[in-house]
Amino acid sequence: MAFSDMINKFFGKDQVANSKDVAKERLRLVLVHDRANALPEDVLLALREEMIKVITKYMDIDEGALDVGLTKSDTEIALVANIPVVRIKRNVG
Amino acid sequence: MGEVLVITSGKGGVGKTTSTANIGTGLAMLGKQVVMVDTDIGLRNLDVVLGLENRIVYDIVDVVRGNCRLKQALIKDKRFENMFLLPAAQTKDKTSVTEEHMKALAEQLKAEFDYVIIDCPAGIEHGFKNAIAGADHAIVVTTPEVSAVRDADRIIGLLEASGLESPKLIINRIRTKMVQAGDMMAVDDMMEILAVDLLGIVPDDDTIVISTNRGEPAVTDEDSKAGQAYRNITRRIIGEEVPLMSLEEKQGFLDKLKTLFGSK
Repeated sequence: MAFSDMINKFFGKDQVANSKDVAKERLRLVLVHDRANALPEDVLLALREEMIKVITKYMDIDEGALDVGLTKSDTEIALVANIPVVRIKRNVG
Repeated sequence: MGEVLVITSGKGGVGKTTSTANIGTGLAMLGKQVVMVDTDIGLRNLDVVLGLENRIVYDIVDVVRGNCRLKQALIKDKRFENMFLLPAAQTKDKTSVTEEHMKALAEQLKAEFDYVIIDCPAGIEHGFKNAIAGADHAIVVTTPEVSAVRDADRIIGLLEASGLESPKLIINRIRTKMVQAGDMMAVDDMMEILAVDLLGIVPDDDTIVISTNRGEPAVTDEDSKAGQAYRNITRRIIGEEVPLMSLEEKQGFLDKLKTLFGSK
């Protein structure tokens, strides 16, 4: 054990994260959940419309079957989109 | 035409009423015509924080019901003659005040005063919606705790959804030693999370307790650090550029030793 570790131990500081870093990380996660839950319906609709615009530049998709939504787990929130491709355009870009 | 500022937080107990009393008094000290409105019906407190509890005759419910004229319900402060309080009702039905009432009241008051400071109740229900109904700008009070920051984030979302864009933040009860030890979120940490403009920072300070005991806002106390923080905040409200106060504390021998050995 290095001398500085001993000093740290003496002052009650070992290798665990500072509690403020724990607070920040917990807050980050809880706010992602809170804001996702408070997200107005039209935000997801607008996102969906813009995604369709971008994707159809490159491929034909089945817009009716397109599914966009937020999937939540304890540790993260993911934006998940299932976009059935009908045909990929030739010679794009 | 004056300005209507609502002081809100979501979570209770973070210092809304204390901030209202100090900001209102601070603005009065700068010579502004100020009225503070307590909208926490049933849990009236701004009167005791200002030391005006013995002077109440009429309250906000009397005004909206037409039991008295607005002027009759306004209580003049005992120190500053340009400062008034419109108290909340303590026992009357709180549903008797509506958003329409609050908008009309705000219009009437800002025709007479430079600043109308509205003390909002905790929560996001009826009382919150009433308090923000007539406001031009919002000030959100929070403390460096996960619960208070979470509620502040929710409140900021609700304010923006109600058309009160870019609310300003007061971070209250900062304990410098804990921040230095890495055991309390620092101002930068909270700004990163909430991403709004900072109106001011207020240290955790015993003088707040003492001044509340006496019913004399700390902002009038030249020696109070929290009072200095509120004096800075009020000067920013009237448009002055005031740098954030330093909350650095003199390091004791043990702190120096810890710093020396790289322990935060």
